[in-house]
Amino acid sequence: MSEQTIDLKKRRFLTKATSVVGAVGVGFAAWPFLSTWKPSAKAKAAGAPIDVDISKLESGQLVRVLWRKKPVWIFKRDEKALESLDSEDLIKNLDDPDGTGNSKNQQPNYVTSNFRTIKNKESIAVIVGVCTHLGCSPTYRPEPGAADLGGDSWKGGFYCPCHGSKFDLAGRVYAGVPAPTNLAIPPYQYVTDSLIRIGVDQQKT
Amino acid sequence: MNNKQSWIDQRFPLSKVINEHLAEYYTPRNFNFWYFFGGLAVVMLIMQLVTGIFLTMHYKPDAEYAFASVEYIMRDVEWGWFIRYMHSTGASAFFVIIYLHMMRALLYGSYKGPRELIWILGMVLYILLLAEAFMGYVLPWGQMSFWGAQVIISLFGSVPIVGPDLLVWILGDYAVGDATLNRFFSLHVVVIPLILVVLVFLHIVALHHVGSNNPDGIEIKKNKDADGIPKDGIPFHPYFTIKDSVVVVGFLWIFCAVVFYAPALNGYFLEAPNFIEANPLKTPEHIAPLWYLTPYYSVLRAIPPLFGSQFPGVLGMFAALGVFFLLPWLDRSPVKSIRYRSPIYKWILGVFVLSFIVLGWLGVQPVTPLYVLMARIFTILYFSFFILMPWFSTLGKTKEVPERVTG
Repeated sequence: MSEQTIDLKKRRFLTKATSVVGAVGVGFAAWPFLSTWKPSAKAKAAGAPIDVDISKLESGQLVRVLWRKKPVWIFKRDEKALESLDSEDLIKNLDDPDGTGNSKNQQPNYVTSNFRTIKNKESIAVIVGVCTHLGCSPTYRPEPGAADLGGDSWKGGFYCPCHGSKFDLAGRVYAGVPAPTNLAIPPYQYVTDSLIRIGVDQQKT
Repeated sequence: MNNKQSWIDQRFPLSKVINEHLAEYYTPRNFNFWYFFGGLAVVMLIMQLVTGIFLTMHYKPDAEYAFASVEYIMRDVEWGWFIRYMHSTGASAFFVIIYLHMMRALLYGSYKGPRELIWILGMVLYILLLAEAFMGYVLPWGQMSFWGAQVIISLFGSVPIVGPDLLVWILGDYAVGDATLNRFFSLHVVVIPLILVVLVFLHIVALHHVGSNNPDGIEIKKNKDADGIPKDGIPFHPYFTIKDSVVVVGFLWIFCAVVFYAPALNGYFLEAPNFIEANPLKTPEHIAPLWYLTPYYSVLRAIPPLFGSQFPGVLGMFAALGVFFLLPWLDRSPVKSIRYRSPIYKWILGVFVLSFIVLGWLGVQPVTPLYVLMARIFTILYFSFFILMPWFSTLGKTKEVPERVTG
């Protein structure tokens, strides 16, 4: 009869192996619970495009619509505002005026120029009204020279009340403010001259 | 009576527990004003649990009905307004007490060995309490609830690489909405309170194991009489149970004055925009978190974006909270209590407390260049306190610590 001995090495190995297998099991068991926090099928399905009629939009007027639960601004800029968007006076204060730096993913590729719109529709801006800093919706401050926003250097735009980020009337971010990038431009197209569809890219012509 | 007690004692250590934690738990006899707040925090926890349970009976965690159900509690439920204001005032009162409780630890070195673990458990409790309060503020689904949630949750979106996915996972949708509200309800009402209760239990068990510190920072267990009882200790019950009950009455007097006459406390306990239902299209003109979060919010705002990312600010904000955990190891002073520390230490502690208060004040102010500059200066002072502590805590001449407690 051989004497019974305790193989401590084997015991330690078995303890470790059991623990590892157990931990993997816990991981697998946790997955369904953690997955319940992901957007539900219903939430995913709710991102349908929306149509906005702009025939009654006055110059300077801004309307807010909800698209994918986010505010989207549609507003009309007058000649003077467009001129200022193109001026060096403004552009020198912006972080990424042509949207090729930090902000390169903030607009569809068919949105170009200093006005950030579809070509030949420069006066109507369509912008996601969510500050790129922490998600507040900036306030519309179109009046140039507003004393509380820097006087003469303010050409009109948006001011975020949460942390003081500033954007111009094309949603481009000023340099030196908390927001890191320009406001996003959603995919959109003109169904007719007075009907904008938000959420669908413009067809190539 | 005795029979009954021994029947239980044979089956459950009732007398042992009562003796260990009340009748024979020896507490330093020189406790002062600062030592009331631990007991008061327990009272507040119970009040929040009870009022919260009753609010849950009438509240509806649905983005469509939440705001209306809170108004229903305020107007139509008998005494509903009272329970709700007790709960909302209770949240702020809880933080007043917790901040004073933490201040006591800073003054008398209660975080120093052998009480490091009490301090760590306390810090975890504090952070959980901040999360609990934040989620509770989301539930009424007013403008501040919505936009506060938007800002705070967006912080997680700034984490490099995984940020955007993490954000959607937390939200349960692509924007703050019903899914977010519903899960916050579950966390606020079930998950965090459960953990809080367990951690409070552990906090107290750890405290009773090593014994309470006191304003002199002396270990009373080092001076025991022939029976093994600390010479400077008196039993917690009845001495401090009686004393604390007087304090509770005094506290409730102030508490009720706020509940009855100024439940919103001029916007500090309940902000005006939160009496307007959440509107995802429009951010309120001026948005600030509730006062107990503002020092960290100021740190967040003080740090500019680096490399096109807001993440450094977020990191700074969490570091401002996390650095408290290191306090027991950063403090190298040979004495615990402020009474025997060097004059330079007193000044530096004063500057730190001032920085915390100024940062808190700045957090409710709008953003102006002057305030941003101030926030930056005080953020640097705030962190300097911790970073330089291993150096300045040994500076200057400390006073001699007496053998026995004074006063």
